[in-house]
Amino acid sequence: MTPLLQVKNVTKKYGGLIANNDISFDVAENDILSVIGPNGAGKSTLFKMISSFVPTTSGEVLFKGSRISNLKPHTVARMGVVRTFQETTIFKNMTVRESIVVAQHLRAKATLAGYFWGTKTAQDDVADFGENADQLLDFLGMYDLRHEQASSLPQGHLRALGIAIGLATDPEVLLLDEPFAGMNHDETMHMVSLVRSVRDKKGVTILLVEHDMAAVMTISDRIVVLNFGEKIAEGTPHEIQNDKTVIEAYLGSEDDEIGM
Amino acid sequence: MMNLSKTQLLGSLSLLVTVFFIVPWLIEVSGRWDFYFTLTSVALLATASAGVWLTFYIGRINIGQGAFALIGAYTSAIMVVKGGWSFWLSLPAAGIFAAIVAVLIGLPILRLRGVYFAMVTLVLTQVVTLTALALPITNGAKGISSIPLPAGVSIAGIVLIPDFSTLENTKLAFYYTACAIMVLTFAVLYRLVHSRLGHLCRSMQQNEELASSIGVNIAYIRLLVFAISSFFGGIGGAMFGAITQSVYPSSFQVVDSVNFMLNCFLGGLGYVFGPMLGTLVLYFGWDLMFELGQYQLLTYSILLIVLIRFLPNGLLSITWAGRKNS
Repeated sequence: MTPLLQVKNVTKKYGGLIANNDISFDVAENDILSVIGPNGAGKSTLFKMISSFVPTTSGEVLFKGSRISNLKPHTVARMGVVRTFQETTIFKNMTVRESIVVAQHLRAKATLAGYFWGTKTAQDDVADFGENADQLLDFLGMYDLRHEQASSLPQGHLRALGIAIGLATDPEVLLLDEPFAGMNHDETMHMVSLVRSVRDKKGVTILLVEHDMAAVMTISDRIVVLNFGEKIAEGTPHEIQNDKTVIEAYLGSEDDEIGM
Repeated sequence: MMNLSKTQLLGSLSLLVTVFFIVPWLIEVSGRWDFYFTLTSVALLATASAGVWLTFYIGRINIGQGAFALIGAYTSAIMVVKGGWSFWLSLPAAGIFAAIVAVLIGLPILRLRGVYFAMVTLVLTQVVTLTALALPITNGAKGISSIPLPAGVSIAGIVLIPDFSTLENTKLAFYYTACAIMVLTFAVLYRLVHSRLGHLCRSMQQNEELASSIGVNIAYIRLLVFAISSFFGGIGGAMFGAITQSVYPSSFQVVDSVNFMLNCFLGGLGYVFGPMLGTLVLYFGWDLMFELGQYQLLTYSILLIVLIRFLPNGLLSITWAGRKNS
């Protein structure tokens, strides 16, 4: 079986700086795969290349066998690979429900002109979107917040809103950008179970970039570790925890001179 | 089809009655016939301002509507004078031509944001003026004058639009036409803003990256909106040319482009009918201060600064302040 998403020899250079060097890995359907690494390891850049927000220098990303790198972000989203952002990137002046409704526009059956004239199809779409939005908000436990202005939500809910906006597009692969950053233990565990249920109940394959080790070890089926733009390890959480190169990258290598 | 609330229905009805019955009646009673020309101008400037308002809606400051008004005015004038077309055919053609030009110009410049887009549009009006001066078809500095009044339209013997040159009161006819165009423009604008295109525009205005991540083709929507915006500008300009029966390179200047933008600011960027009110207040405000002589511009500018300082969301925010979030 071909993997759902394939990252093949992806390299990104900014002038002389190599952000990602020859990275390859596969994401199987219905997996949760995390990309981890210290600051500046090239996680975000890789993420942006997979969602076509930045072009690759060489190499390609395949989704169900067709290339999704070096396209436009909206094209990739339409194919079913949708990224989320960190909490500051939201529709500030929309309510929670409005944000979800607008994010569903890819499901629209009527044309823009159809909406203008208010055709039957367009009216059905609008009713559908509203219903879906309510269901999705209920699923994420945010139904009571649906009429809140997005900008007035607390941080934890903002994250969830970001995921909700991504989910509303009905994706097959959801790319989550540091979903646990800046959260305390309880909030993190809540988010972990939420992300899991997105995979379990919605059947969405998840690729996430994250700093929080504890969360990553709990949630991931597989982990890819980056350091200085190179892939240094790949495996299950257990394998990664016992990988010598990973431990070196995180804790520093043993230094003979000071006898550690 | 349209889900209008009672207040909205009442509001639009009273606007229609005021524009088409009460104002003409007041002018009849008071004998101030000169008001027809003023109000006709307001209606057409409001039409062009509606376009500027729409570009604001995708988060772009457009100070170039004068360019498209001028393009519309010239297109219609050339078609009527040199091509012998009926004015009523040249009117939509002027809008469409302005929209085509907007697409060609928009392709490179709509990538720019904020003050950079504003700066480029500011230059546009001057570019079109200079082009009109240089091209042979636009007659250079002499412009196109003595444009015939709009001819009549009849289908199978039934007169739909009478020949304006046979009318006793062309001012009234132009007033009605301009108001009809304005009402139609704002109805379209309202519908656009409240349909899917409007929602997509709002998502782009608030965050273009997030919008593209949910699959919005932001480049296409930007271009579409800019084309519609310029269509309104072209229509307004073409109608203006028909009323004054002439077009010159100086018919619409950079100052006019700035005014179109100010109309939107003054009325309120958050309200579809903002540009309509803004145009009315700005136009009459300027005229009312005529008595002040050399202090006219000074007083006017100070008042504008004060208004924008204390009512950043425009005049309409006074009435809607309490129920903005409802």
